[in-house]
Amino acid sequence: MSDVTTNTAVYREEIVNTIENKDFGVIEKPLGMWERLFDNGTFRKGLMLIALAIVWEAYARWSGNPLLFPTFLATAKAFVSGILSGTLLHATWTSISLLLQGYAAGLLIAALFTAFASATRVGADLLETLTSMFNPLPSIALLPLSMIWFGLGNMSIIFVLIHAVLWAVALNTHSGFRAVSLTWRMVGRNYGLSRLGYVCKILIPGAFPSILTGMKIGWAFAWRTLIAAELVFGSSSGSGGLGWYIFQNKNMLDIPNVFAGLLTVILFGLLVENLIFRVVEQRTIGRWGMQI
Amino acid sequence: MPQAAAPLLSVQGVTMRYRTKDHLVTATYRVSFDVYRSDRFVIVGASGCGKSTLLKAVGGYLPTVEGKIRLNGQEITKPGPDRVMVFQEFDQLLPWKTVKENVVFALTASGRLEREAAEEKAMHYIDKVNLSGFADSLPHTLSGGMKQRVAIARGMAMEPDILLMDEPFAALDALTRAKMQEELLQLWEDTRFTVLFVTHSIPEAVRIGSRILLLSPHPGQVRAELNSQGVDAAGPDGRLLTQRIEALLFDEGATEGRMAHV
Repeated sequence: MSDVTTNTAVYREEIVNTIENKDFGVIEKPLGMWERLFDNGTFRKGLMLIALAIVWEAYARWSGNPLLFPTFLATAKAFVSGILSGTLLHATWTSISLLLQGYAAGLLIAALFTAFASATRVGADLLETLTSMFNPLPSIALLPLSMIWFGLGNMSIIFVLIHAVLWAVALNTHSGFRAVSLTWRMVGRNYGLSRLGYVCKILIPGAFPSILTGMKIGWAFAWRTLIAAELVFGSSSGSGGLGWYIFQNKNMLDIPNVFAGLLTVILFGLLVENLIFRVVEQRTIGRWGMQI
Repeated sequence: MPQAAAPLLSVQGVTMRYRTKDHLVTATYRVSFDVYRSDRFVIVGASGCGKSTLLKAVGGYLPTVEGKIRLNGQEITKPGPDRVMVFQEFDQLLPWKTVKENVVFALTASGRLEREAAEEKAMHYIDKVNLSGFADSLPHTLSGGMKQRVAIARGMAMEPDILLMDEPFAALDALTRAKMQEELLQLWEDTRFTVLFVTHSIPEAVRIGSRILLLSPHPGQVRAELNSQGVDAAGPDGRLLTQRIEALLFDEGATEGRMAHV
């Protein structure tokens, strides 16, 4: 067939197509309702919560010992009546207001501390040393001392809360600052930002993933420290928090109410994580493409 | 064309050293050159010739060990908005700001303009790099070439005395790179800005430059300073210039082989 044998490769015609075929169907097709629903994280997690509640209910009914393990429905009933009577609501509010005070104070001190650590080497050394000393120390271990120093008021709880928040936030912010890309730093300096402007416009947004992680960890530490402190501490000035609510109901063997108290702690944790931190995350680092 | 005026940027006898973990490395040794207004001044050399270090010194990020760098007769001591740097890295845009905000940020942070005037100027330069349609996009949604265009727009919006470009196209694919080189020349035709451009690619130097400084490696020393104004990079004299540069850079025992042609 090919009598023509040359040294070059086989000669082939060039191929040029004009694309006219339109038989491939749709290019963009809207997703169906179920696909959309299952893409929604809130929906998926909601399903998971319902499944967990069903497992709980089934186990409690099977074990049949309401004193040790009340059913989900009994707990829900106790929760609703606690809310309606106002005692649970009041206890929750007492806890939250304490928590917010301690958290805010902790964040403020962490900010000052980190600023000092970023500005000077002594500050950085101090922060790193103190963090490695105090971060592993459970805040609740400081409660006895705090009660001696500050008395039986809210102040002693706020003190341990600050301890719970401060180190986690300061450590994460500090390491976040140090990990800010060199290019961003050079860009910031190029346009002649002032020292404060440099921190606010380059370092804080650049380190925001770490800062947010620190705030989340600090939040969880503070919340569990608070409940534990209230369990030990009882009530102050006539109004106890959630920990006190749990403790008191346990003493009265009102176990559904104990579970309702625990459920409130859990619900509040879910709420803060999914409503506040998740939204902040989506609006910032998610939007900026710094987190997938 | 004789340059009677004083140079815009004068680099005189600059030696740069930096410390690694266990060495003191001399990056450049007594390098001198002058850049005049509207020059497209290209520094070319193999990696390790200290060209980026030199550019960072002009940017004010690194101190010189010896010698002086002057811009308009003023010695350079720290970074400033009169010398805007365009980096090689794609992350030079701040990811928390949109394309427009990135440019506006540069103008307002440096105190050049107020918010409204800055936005107007930002849009003007974003339009110049053909990105008007992406003004409100966030950087992570753009391609590499688009990010570099924004960085160039940001640099040009500042209307600096000199634009410093540190291998801005090195991380791009060959097609995009060729397009960006073309666009840069087009922008230069429009505004005649002064640019100091660092590259390791000889074809890029021939294409971009109006004057080319060749640095020999380890440490960087001036091998030659050539004119390439009006040379058609793709034509015969462009090829001739390329060969001449290769000969100048590789004539001593060329064991390292030729650089990749990009």
